[in-house]
Amino acid sequence: MADKPDEPVEPVEPVEPVDGAPSEGEDRRSERPEAEWGGRGDPLRRTDDHRRVREQIRKEIDESRSTTEHRASESREKAAETIVALEDVYLSFEQPILEDISLAALEGETIVVAGESGTGKSTILKLLLRLLTPDRGQVYIDGEEITGLSFPDALKVRQKMGMVFQGAALFDSMTVYENIAYPLREHTELTEDEIEHRVREKLSFVDLDPDRVMEMMPSELSGGMRKRVGIARGMANNAKIMLYDEPTSGLDPLTTATITHLIIKLQRELGVTSVVVTHDIRSAFRMASRIAVLADRRIAFVGTPEEMSGSDDKYIRDFLGGY
Amino acid sequence: MLERFNQSAKRKIHSFQEFLVLGTKAIRFAFSRPFYRGDLIQQMESIGVQSLAIVLLTGFFTGMVLALQSSVQLKTFGATMYIGRLVAASMIRELGPVLAGLMVAGRVGSGIAAQLGSMRVTEQIDALNTLGTDPIRKLVTPRVLAALFMLPVLTVINDFAGILGGNVIATAYVGIPTSLYWSTVWEQIASGGFVFKYIPNDFVHGLVKPFVFGGIISLVACHFGLKTTGGTEGVGIATTRTVVTASISILVVDYFITQLLLAFLPHG
Repeated sequence: MADKPDEPVEPVEPVEPVDGAPSEGEDRRSERPEAEWGGRGDPLRRTDDHRRVREQIRKEIDESRSTTEHRASESREKAAETIVALEDVYLSFEQPILEDISLAALEGETIVVAGESGTGKSTILKLLLRLLTPDRGQVYIDGEEITGLSFPDALKVRQKMGMVFQGAALFDSMTVYENIAYPLREHTELTEDEIEHRVREKLSFVDLDPDRVMEMMPSELSGGMRKRVGIARGMANNAKIMLYDEPTSGLDPLTTATITHLIIKLQRELGVTSVVVTHDIRSAFRMASRIAVLADRRIAFVGTPEEMSGSDDKYIRDFLGGY
Repeated sequence: MLERFNQSAKRKIHSFQEFLVLGTKAIRFAFSRPFYRGDLIQQMESIGVQSLAIVLLTGFFTGMVLALQSSVQLKTFGATMYIGRLVAASMIRELGPVLAGLMVAGRVGSGIAAQLGSMRVTEQIDALNTLGTDPIRKLVTPRVLAALFMLPVLTVINDFAGILGGNVIATAYVGIPTSLYWSTVWEQIASGGFVFKYIPNDFVHGLVKPFVFGGIISLVACHFGLKTTGGTEGVGIATTRTVVTASISILVVDYFITQLLLAFLPHG
């Protein structure tokens, strides 16, 4: 919260792309004759890369264990209240999408929903936003059951939440300023001066220079900047709940670290409850109070990052090993 | 085979149902707060003002062609002085509304479908929803209102440009004095009879149609735009479907409106 000291920006660790260039000072190509280098398809290299990545993740888990343990217990102590919950949710279109999904986030927690592509992770966010309604089960936002709400009432509930989309989904006909000011103009009686103050405050929070970016169009921004503006827009209304859909996908390691840090900063400094959908397990371990893993339309695992890394479940071990 | 036909029919009926719901909502939102006046003015500018050049050009050259063709036919009967009547009747009752409609369907309908389609595939529509805004109220209602208002205005301009084009040919090519041309134009308008003593029947014909066409173009474009799936390819498909559906609808609906108007407002 506000009385906590600012967390220093976490140093960005050198990242070794699975099939890309080796990290600084560790050029393994030089250790092997050129014929053995192979490429992406070289099984020896792939195994080697996977091993290195697994080791890297283990190392990160160990390093973050104390931090995440502290973060999780801190959240639970502080906030016993469940602010986001799905209870026995079933959803199907032409075929089942989600079955028997129960998941709850306590106030101030960051819940990461992980899983393979196509397992319905983003669908969970749409259920929370009531862009979709489940066939069965209940969805609670801030203590209110939202599945039976009318469309206008659902719009009101959505104002409690900020959503950050995978591609940021900034309105491309509006400037950065107008994008962030949009929810304020829509739902508040703030004057234009107050709106500008709020926009500047949110841009500064996401480490963007307001004077530089406010008048820029979304098409002029880099991927990372767009995501940060997306976060600023999501939190413009001082939302209690932030939802993120693949916030780090398609970003370089440096920007990934920045976005991850921002999500942690939102939780720590503003006590925002976050639900993050991602398959970026490194970021997940750094930011999550708890991680839920979706598999085969159901929740296969819910627990802290430490519990996940220590899990004996074969699927979870395979899932971690796959990164 | 039959099963596939059934599925296809069901999808089409469902799509038409969605279209009707969209239209109902769009009109209903025009009478309840919040209003997006800024968006409405912007759309009126985009649909109306920016279509002016294309409508003027189309109308002017159509009027010229009409005068040219009719002069050849009328010359054989020694009735070239009636060119003005023929051009006015054709432009005001039929060609003006239909041509303006088709031009706007091509220029504006495709633009609306592409814009909303892009917003759909880049999740901007979802973003509007999550920010507590009803996308129909924000995006569809202003476009529909702007089209309903601007298409009749464009049609009047198109009619006038057409009659003016006919005047150029009648005077320069056939040798009919301008005053005679315009007096025959007015004769034609007056001969159709009047509604409420002062409004010529021809004007009612000419303004009811574009009003309906405006609704069709904007709603078809918004419907296909909002339903876009499949990335940029989907945007292209939505745009094509909009132009085809709106153009065909204009021609089909034109026939039924004409029948209806002739039944209620008989000529003369």
